[in-house]
Amino acid sequence: MTQSMRAILFFGFMAALFIIEGSTNFWIFSGSWNTSLVILNMALVSAVMALGVNLQWGYAGLFNTGIMGFVALGGLAVVVTSLPPVTESWSAGGYRIILGLVLGALTIAGTILMRMKLPQGRLRGVLTLAILIGGFFLYRAVFDSGVQAVEAIDPSVTGNIGGLGLPVLVAWPVGGLLAAGAAWIIGKTALGLRSDYLAIATLGIAEIIVAILKNEEWLSRGAKNVNGLPRPVPYEVDLQQSAEFVANAASFGLDPVTASTLYVKIGYALLFTAVLVTILVLSQLARHSPWGRMMRAIRDNETAARAMGKNVTRRHLEIFILGSAVCGFAGAMMTTLDGQLTPASYHPLRFTFLIWVMVIVGGSGNNLGSVLGGFLIWWLWVKVEPLGQWLAQVLTYGLPEGHWIAVRITEAAAHMRLFTMGLVLLFVLRFNPRGMLPEN
Amino acid sequence: MDFLNAVVAITNLLIIPATTYGAQLALGALGVTLIYSILRFSNFAHGDTMAFGTVVTIGITTLFQSWGISLGPLPTALLALPFAVAITAVLLVGTDFAIYRFYRKKRAVPIIFVMASLGVMFVMNGLIRFMAGVKDQTFDDGTRFIIKARDFKNWSGLDEALALRTTQVLTLVVAIAIVAWLFWFLNKTRTGKSMRAFSDNEDLALLSGINPNRVVMVTWVIVAMLATTAGVLYGLDKAYSPYTYFQLLLPTFAAAIVGGLGNPLGAIVGGFVVSFSEVMVTYVWKKVAIYLLPEALEPNGLLQLMSTEYKFAVSFAILVVVLLFKPTGLFKGQSV
Repeated sequence: MTQSMRAILFFGFMAALFIIEGSTNFWIFSGSWNTSLVILNMALVSAVMALGVNLQWGYAGLFNTGIMGFVALGGLAVVVTSLPPVTESWSAGGYRIILGLVLGALTIAGTILMRMKLPQGRLRGVLTLAILIGGFFLYRAVFDSGVQAVEAIDPSVTGNIGGLGLPVLVAWPVGGLLAAGAAWIIGKTALGLRSDYLAIATLGIAEIIVAILKNEEWLSRGAKNVNGLPRPVPYEVDLQQSAEFVANAASFGLDPVTASTLYVKIGYALLFTAVLVTILVLSQLARHSPWGRMMRAIRDNETAARAMGKNVTRRHLEIFILGSAVCGFAGAMMTTLDGQLTPASYHPLRFTFLIWVMVIVGGSGNNLGSVLGGFLIWWLWVKVEPLGQWLAQVLTYGLPEGHWIAVRITEAAAHMRLFTMGLVLLFVLRFNPRGMLPEN
Repeated sequence: MDFLNAVVAITNLLIIPATTYGAQLALGALGVTLIYSILRFSNFAHGDTMAFGTVVTIGITTLFQSWGISLGPLPTALLALPFAVAITAVLLVGTDFAIYRFYRKKRAVPIIFVMASLGVMFVMNGLIRFMAGVKDQTFDDGTRFIIKARDFKNWSGLDEALALRTTQVLTLVVAIAIVAWLFWFLNKTRTGKSMRAFSDNEDLALLSGINPNRVVMVTWVIVAMLATTAGVLYGLDKAYSPYTYFQLLLPTFAAAIVGGLGNPLGAIVGGFVVSFSEVMVTYVWKKVAIYLLPEALEPNGLLQLMSTEYKFAVSFAILVVVLLFKPTGLFKGQSV
């Protein structure tokens, strides 16, 4: 079977799953188009994330375990771009916060500059410490007073500085930019390391980014979450009140409530599909360009590529930034879809390692494969739970109600997800390491 | 008097917790370092291995308690520990047979091993959730305190209290015993020596007739012991929950790398470096400053360098500094 035949077959199978989900409520399927679209939307976002990881791993062999951090930065971008600015907070302490952050950045920049200018020696060490410690206390003094002032303002409603009040679609590329900026800093420090060190370093960065979101209430409201983020699509309530929409819905034989929820979700699905197709086409073009060939040459034999005069570190930095930017973009899309930012919901197993499973199962190095992996693994992630419950029912068939074995198995079924994902990953790695759609 | 108060305050909330946590991290880091030097990959499933061992211990402890078996003043979990180690060892050796052996035969690159360990991490995480759910669990019984805060205050007449919990002393005693045994084993016994030889130069070790499968198996058994003990001690000291144990991965790796990956002594030192920096940076220095500084200089703020949520940032910062300036770690480990 040729590669393209396989692709058509697998994607046809995926489409069938979504259609069955919408149309029949047999077995584990819900028979609701609404649910089908909910799964599809998140699958589209996951596919974009998988494309980003595939850029890094499939093209360049970089092992990045910090995807969660970039996704979270994308979420933050939605908050700081699309929320209206809180003017009282800005006048109370917003500028002091910015000044504090600038001071902090200057301290670090000053240290690096000083270390570059001075020769190695005791003087340099002492100066480094002096600048860092002095800068830190200066930064904390300015920054903390600003933060206190901002967080004191109406903490149950705002307590943060808000955003720029721009349309929410602008937040998506901003999410990409934020992630790219973070990736530049990380890449500069960690890319020279061997592969598993890079993995550990990025794992740590992601935890820190999420800790910042959880903790810096002036920015992201922390555990209080940011609700009611603006949407790029109309609200269901508004649609239901529009006479024209109700008439249109009736002509399709739908009641206004169902029609409005479907309308909104289809709107998101179309937006996400447009993004996915654009990024897919761009990645594909990049892959077949001289730049893409150079990347793969570096991945397959770094020493040889270096000998040919290729700047390996520079290329790695480029693709690390690009891939992370794609993840940030997807993170912004996801937060827009949810309509809220919940810092506590970022969990590495879900936002880092699950994306890895998608890329490896789909076929590392193959963009279509990553998209397929994104769809399939997300579908599985959602459906493993009903599947587990069904399995529990089959296993406990005939046992009296409330028998302890039955209770135990039903409880365990709720935790099927991670277990199944691990098994899928291990089986694919062992028996089909090139994935469902291998790189050609 | 003020000086004594300051010393007690530092001991109570800085030195004792950091020492305990450091010992727990050191045991964890020893496991990571052993796997790295014998099997040559960073095991991402290590946090979940610790969690697995702890969950089994909790199960056996509950069983013992229902039978009325206890250790008197010591926690029952200590009695359950050997059984849990045995079960974890069976799981780890089984994992090696089912998964890692295949890649070892193929001489796969380290990154493939890391990927496989991600799969193992998922499966183990699922397993522990099957067995014990996701809630926090404490399984500490026996006498809680060796020195009670109130007793100390009455005895010393100081304003500051000092409390010493049984689990804290227990952690240190058990950790020292295990580390002493491990060093004796690695340096004096034939198997230990063959493990070190294998770690130094695999080809040469094979040439001199060392059985690689045996070395690997012994390594997994020792790792099971280290990981389970670290997990149980941490759980006794604080509490068990799957997510906290997963997050222990980062400070554990940091400890192993800071000390020098592959160097057992380094792993121990690394554990204490990480724990002391974490606690010192997140410690509230206000009280100490009030005791030690003249009244005119008394601080307004809490004098906390970073809030507790950022403790990961500390292990991470140490990690980055070491990787940038001394990639082989404080003690010479294997680099690149």
